Amino acid sequence: MKDFIIPPADWKDERDMGTPAKQGAPVTLTIDGFEVTVPEGTSVMRAAAEAGIQVPKLCATDSLEAFGSCRLCVVEIEGRRGTPASCTTPVAPGMVVRTQSDNVRKIRRGVMELYISDHPLDCLTCSANGDCELQDMAGAVGLRDVRYTAPEGGMATHFAPRNTSGEANPEWRPKDDSNPYFSYDPAKCIVCNRCVRACEEVQGTFALTIEGRGFDSRVSFGAKTDDALTSDCVSCGACVQACPTATLQEKSVIEMGTPDRAVVTTCAYCGVGCSFKAELQGDQLVRMVPYKHGKANRGHSCVKGRFAYGYASHKDRILNPMIRDNVSDPWREVSWDEALSFAATKMRGIQAEYGQKSIGVITSSRCTNEETYLVQKLARAVFGNNNTDTCARVCHSPTGYGLGQTFGTSAGTQDFDSVEHTDVVIIIGANPTDGHPVFASRLKKRLRAGAKLIVIDPRRIDLVKSAHIKAAHHLPLRPGTNVAVVTALAHVIVTEGLMDEAFIRARCDWDEFQDFAAFVSDPRHAPEATEMLTGVPATELREAAKLFATGGNGAIYYGLGVTEHSQGSTTVMAIANLAMLTGNLGRPGVGVNPLRGQNNVQGACDMGSFPHELPGYRHVKHADVRDLFGRVWGVEIDPEPGLRIPNMLDAAVDGTFKGLYCQGEDILQSDPDTKHVAAGLAAMECVIVHDLFLNETANYAHVFLPGSTFLEKDGTFTNAERRINRVREVMKPRNGCADWQITQMLANAMGANWSYMHPSQIMDEIALTTPSFAGVSYTLLEEKGSVQWPCNADHPDGTPLMHVDGFVRGKGRFIVTEYVATDEKTGPRFPLLLTTGRILSQYNVGAQTRRTENVIWHEADLLEIHPHDAENRGLNEGDWVKLASRSGETTLRAKITDRVSPGVVYTTFHHPDTQANVITTDYSDWATNCPEYKVTAVQVSPSNGPTEWQEDYAAQAAQARRILPAAE
Amino acid sequence: MTQSNTSDTDQIDRIIAAHSALEGPLLPILHALQDAFGHVPVTAHAPICDALNISKAELHGVISFYHDFRDTPAGRHVVKICRAEACQAMGGAALAESVLAKLGLDWHGTTANGAVTIEPVYCLGLCACAPAAMVDNRVVGRVNATKLDKLLAEVGA
Repeated sequence: MKDFIIPPADWKDERDMGTPAKQGAPVTLTIDGFEVTVPEGTSVMRAAAEAGIQVPKLCATDSLEAFGSCRLCVVEIEGRRGTPASCTTPVAPGMVVRTQSDNVRKIRRGVMELYISDHPLDCLTCSANGDCELQDMAGAVGLRDVRYTAPEGGMATHFAPRNTSGEANPEWRPKDDSNPYFSYDPAKCIVCNRCVRACEEVQGTFALTIEGRGFDSRVSFGAKTDDALTSDCVSCGACVQACPTATLQEKSVIEMGTPDRAVVTTCAYCGVGCSFKAELQGDQLVRMVPYKHGKANRGHSCVKGRFAYGYASHKDRILNPMIRDNVSDPWREVSWDEALSFAATKMRGIQAEYGQKSIGVITSSRCTNEETYLVQKLARAVFGNNNTDTCARVCHSPTGYGLGQTFGTSAGTQDFDSVEHTDVVIIIGANPTDGHPVFASRLKKRLRAGAKLIVIDPRRIDLVKSAHIKAAHHLPLRPGTNVAVVTALAHVIVTEGLMDEAFIRARCDWDEFQDFAAFVSDPRHAPEATEMLTGVPATELREAAKLFATGGNGAIYYGLGVTEHSQGSTTVMAIANLAMLTGNLGRPGVGVNPLRGQNNVQGACDMGSFPHELPGYRHVKHADVRDLFGRVWGVEIDPEPGLRIPNMLDAAVDGTFKGLYCQGEDILQSDPDTKHVAAGLAAMECVIVHDLFLNETANYAHVFLPGSTFLEKDGTFTNAERRINRVREVMKPRNGCADWQITQMLANAMGANWSYMHPSQIMDEIALTTPSFAGVSYTLLEEKGSVQWPCNADHPDGTPLMHVDGFVRGKGRFIVTEYVATDEKTGPRFPLLLTTGRILSQYNVGAQTRRTENVIWHEADLLEIHPHDAENRGLNEGDWVKLASRSGETTLRAKITDRVSPGVVYTTFHHPDTQANVITTDYSDWATNCPEYKVTAVQVSPSNGPTEWQEDYAAQAAQARRILPAAE
Repeated sequence: MTQSNTSDTDQIDRIIAAHSALEGPLLPILHALQDAFGHVPVTAHAPICDALNISKAELHGVISFYHDFRDTPAGRHVVKICRAEACQAMGGAALAESVLAKLGLDWHGTTANGAVTIEPVYCLGLCACAPAAMVDNRVVGRVNATKLDKLLAEVGA
């Protein structure tokens, strides 16, 4: 007899086990004669599935708790009366289960017959044909006949629009096609409730319900008058994923048919790094389905990763290399050889004329680790300088610095699973429901289970209050006062004696703690003293501090609202102090967790994109590190750190920096003070843009190298939890080459002799040179699915939790965090504070999401303004307003809302015609130059339409984007 | 008009506040609203969702589950006629048909003068006295055409 002892989780096993996995003491039972041992609390259905026996089911799926409504999964259990549902019956020791008998077969067939009596028999023309659980189960139970028909006179079905006499059926409802990505066809619905439960349990939006009762029960989006689009639905796709029939179906499947092959890969949007199955027909992508064994997303997704991939085949995508002598000329399409030799000649020419350090690169946080590694290697090994920087400069560079200083390594301390063990969460300067939606869903699940939430944000973000979620405390601080608020939290904890002294004595430098304690105990850091400055009520802050210090496992999650300030690095250190002070490090459910903005921001930082650091965060001043890379690369590495992005632009304006290779980043739109960026780019002699689209930066480019999408190449992305996920080539590059090949061709055109045949060889080189990646290889990733660095001889399986027994730097270091107000101050001319952010349906500069149907949710950037401030200025909802700062001005439409406090306005930066970054200033973080996007003093006034700058800009962009018709 | 709207809003808020400390406050709130307004006004939906921290879909699910909750005001009086088995067996179905035909209404319909709304109900617990009906909150047993005509005349149909 085969004995099953909890089989090891195989990351490639995709069977639906019926109910979620449980943890508990082992329980042994017999199912159909096989002995099975499973954890206590497991359902009989799941236990059977573990033994390889599938019990028929409709309303159960392993992403949702058992519901017990379909009655198809009934089984016989010795000693129990009747036929219990296997999904809702937990296992018991010695239980003897029979999943098949004449009796249960008869019951199942009867149940199925009833289902099918109210379901259209149009399988052959149904979009779910071949991918339908109802169809499968009809087969599994051996349904051969349906005896029930609608009675004469009345039509007791939901699926027939008209009867044979042509009378309309009042029970029939038309399809709801309002969502751009999926349709809801009530005629196919079996009311199994899986969609409703998925929306509640998995996504946590509660946008779906069952309306009515009995025969009138229907799935309904939102309230009575809503459709899918007007309801609270965020289009995450969890309901579509859960639906066993064609009721909720991707429109792409309706259009194209069911896919015939699937490749597991990683999403290229935010830093959560969700695993997806790309499902295709040939080389045509049919749909992206969240992968249930993805360790970051655990089978969940958001609207971007799930549906917004249409940009990859958008008509705007450039597929041929292009060059031009002047940016005022139209583009000329040329061969790869011509484009690369043109670029190489220009770059070498610039170096000959202006010196070795007159050119540089910007690596992309959206490309793979391997590609990023090659681009920085291009600068260091081929250009012969350290002029490499990355867009992490403008987002999480303070995280790198701050956590490096306090803990000794530049990364989040936890994995995402950790949130399931947390008791008190602080969210500061992040809006996870919009920026990191899949993480937000996991957090919300934990909050619904009782964890407490403290939100520190100038805006009332959705997490402050939404269905079944309510923050215990919302501290609506004035933009720019993060340090004062976090220090005040520490003040309360220290002065009220709530710190974890045992942890501090054991794990941190006690002397430094004494200094820190003396500093924060100073009455000027008391919440009462800082209230006037921060706008946060002192009592609320005190309560929040006490809750965090005493509420159990405390985790801090933060985003760009922390880093993108003149004191970004200080705030990161203050957060680290807070975690050490309360002993919240080194175990599940705690930690300091930066929510990374882009898919591979962590990886781009790891790969040595910064001008002062070689891969693995090792400073270029260290001779041993330079020697190591020098030997592998066969060159001498410059010991001088290179230029940061703002320095490159300053140097360009000064005339000493003349050439730039910019891969997969749109600095003109994403970097602060657009006019200065434009001036810098315009002053360069050779700008090489390597991107999917003619982005805004390309308006000033001389060479355009068409890029490949994440679907078209192999590689790895590293997400916010340091997880190295595989990106797999799903289809061949439409532009002809993967991005790593293009960088290699450029390097070789400039005289290098690189010969990588596959990204796995690049990873091998990374592993060879970088201690924290020493154990990483494509073979390991293939075996494990993913791995969290450090992965080396000490941690062969990677490291889910950092700083478990001690900090990477040894003793944790408390750093005094003095609040220094930003120089960006409101005054009579600019009395309001602008802060920026993003929304759910758009991503970053919008180059991708603006080229998808996501625009239906967000077609333009809006300025959120408090009703008080709007009334003072005579503004109404939807009015054009002029938004001006000392750097520039732009216009957009106003949205009046009390989500922002009086004196604060808010906008997003997804649309180039708004150019919110014309407004932002050149102030930046004192340590890392991370720009201060989150605080700009502005004035808002009524306007008639676009500003002169916007019109000039649009004209220049149109001029710069012309492409000559192909010769021949 | 504005005045009455404001007072409605106040009343809605008062009703919600009065019940929100209960365990499972939604049904008591809906009942209280229906008692006060004769229906659950749509304007109360957002304040209920806000106070109980539930989504508008969930609220819709609950309201639509119970046939008794109305989203528009009924007539000044509501006459419910039982259609459950015992009453049907005692001629309730025919009685109901004749009443509807006489008033020219369908189920849930309201007479043109706004006096009476006729609704079906499934069991009033008066099976021993079937057929049964209910006029506003008063149950009536052993109804027949004459008795029902009298009742309808009383309420002004």
